[in-house]
Amino acid sequence: MMARLSSRLSSTTWPSVLLAFLVLAMLPALIDSRMVLDLVIHVAILGLFATAVNLLIGYTGLVSFGHAMFYASGAYGFGLLMQTGSWSIPAAMAVAVLGSAGIALVVGIVCTKTKEVYFTFLTLAIQMMFYSTILSWQAVTGGDQGLTGGMPKPVFLGIDLSDANQTYYFITGVVVVSLGMLWHLTRSPFGYALRMVRDNPARVEFLGMNVRGYRLAAFVIAAAFASVAGALMCLYVSAAYPNFGYWTMSGEAIFMIMLGGINTFLGPVVGAVILTLLNHFVTAHTRYYGFVLGTIVLLYVLVLRKGLLDILVERFRAWRERSKKGTSC
Amino acid sequence: MDLTALSECVASGSCLLTQGFNALVIGMLLFLVASGLTLIFGVLKVVNFTHGSLYMLGAYFAYYIHGLTDSYLLAVLGGSLGVALFGVLLERAFFSRLYQSNFLMQLLMCYGWILVLDDLVQFLFGAEFQSMGLPQVFATPPLVVAGAPIPMFYIFLITISFVVALALWLLIVKSPFGSKVRAAATNTAMTASLGINTTLLYVAVFALGAGLAGLAGALAAPVRSLVPGMGFSILIESFIVTVIGGMGSIGGALAAAILIGLVRTFGSVGFPFFTEILVFALMAVVLVLRPNGLFGRADAT
Repeated sequence: MMARLSSRLSSTTWPSVLLAFLVLAMLPALIDSRMVLDLVIHVAILGLFATAVNLLIGYTGLVSFGHAMFYASGAYGFGLLMQTGSWSIPAAMAVAVLGSAGIALVVGIVCTKTKEVYFTFLTLAIQMMFYSTILSWQAVTGGDQGLTGGMPKPVFLGIDLSDANQTYYFITGVVVVSLGMLWHLTRSPFGYALRMVRDNPARVEFLGMNVRGYRLAAFVIAAAFASVAGALMCLYVSAAYPNFGYWTMSGEAIFMIMLGGINTFLGPVVGAVILTLLNHFVTAHTRYYGFVLGTIVLLYVLVLRKGLLDILVERFRAWRERSKKGTSC
Repeated sequence: MDLTALSECVASGSCLLTQGFNALVIGMLLFLVASGLTLIFGVLKVVNFTHGSLYMLGAYFAYYIHGLTDSYLLAVLGGSLGVALFGVLLERAFFSRLYQSNFLMQLLMCYGWILVLDDLVQFLFGAEFQSMGLPQVFATPPLVVAGAPIPMFYIFLITISFVVALALWLLIVKSPFGSKVRAAATNTAMTASLGINTTLLYVAVFALGAGLAGLAGALAAPVRSLVPGMGFSILIESFIVTVIGGMGSIGGALAAAILIGLVRTFGSVGFPFFTEILVFALMAVVLVLRPNGLFGRADAT
């Protein structure tokens, strides 16, 4: 069973990753527009962030309202290392991600002591503490100005990230590989254990499995991938800002997850597309972006109530069921 | 860290009194907000993440009415009743549709409302800091006790908060309405089957909670600067209060709110750069030692 599962995995995972690579790689050749590529990069980074958080929210059933702190820790960690000028990009990224995972381990040990609403509170409160530390520790973080002033981008493995096209390839490449790893994780026995922890923690315990251990693992993994997204954003904008770690960022993650579809792996990425387009077109017309976004959230809550990709997947399954019945009759 | 300043302050009567009153002002305002939050959670079993925004609305309502009528009494009444009325709309149109939904949907809805309300306030009053100023009635010289000047407004604010706290306690523990509320908090279906209109009860509790947040905002308006988004930090602190005091416990909220007030004021004397961290550390200690809060029952989590 296990072996069959993992062989089916690799047969579906890697071709789709390859396909994603091909499509994203051809895009700059097909569309010669900086703006479109800029939007694609934003979608990729936000999509990775939301998908990472969804490992915790959708798959493990723990509603974190604080994972933006790891997005910020990834960004600041990476930015600070790069500004020293003596780190290569992959090394700085690895250290930033590992460091964020370390912080997540400590925070997670405290947070997974609690459940449900308390878990949400606690993640939110610790995130706000993190945010106020970023603001007040001006000597290191630059306070409310953020980590600005640019950073050197030394060439590594022949990749030169001062070139816009190579930056595009590098960022989308890292995102696709990360999404592939997350996808693999959700299809693995570990991923199914997370779903079981979500649906019936008591039964998991009866089976002799460590519920808190699974929750903690999901917490740390989600944080690590969120910090990858943060580091990529820092790399892209050559800066890190305090609002990377503000509560609205965690709110946006939940928005992307819910609007795109919580039950479908790529749902949060669809949510990221919607959010990015919304941000792009609304901020061009009004400074009351929050009002527009909030109204859309409220309409979604009252009317739609289901993620777009979830709806599509359900429709598709129903249609397939119907057509199967049609042929057999 | 400045421990000598802290010990000097504790030794001096005037500093102790000044900081003590500051702590009570912070604590009592926090209590009004947090008690509404904990009341709504206790009965409706929903977490009202818009509670900080309701506080903000109360402050801006009071600011607006005070500007129009120049009467602080009307401003406070308008602030609390206006927000209570808004609470009724919010409960009927949004929260009541989501009682059956999962927590995530409620959280998302609140996120939407926070964004909308912050921008609405910014649209109406501007993004810059607004100050209401002390009402004419309180423009009297401060009361000097043991060398410590205590503004009359602080005394008024603390008195009225304690009166409200007492009234709230009487309402919940002694009145027929309170026994219905407590019944609904324990078992809504059973309460409804006894012929009590729980829909109406839910609206009333939500309005009461919202009104308390509005009252806190209106009371705070003369001594705080008003800015869109001002509600969020008080929302976080109210969460900390409910976690420390125990979810659903109003007495716990009172004790925890005053405790946080003390930590904030004396912390700012002794550890000016770590005040924020101190409050969170307090919460972490309570969570580790007493996961259900100081006054929470074991079934609360």
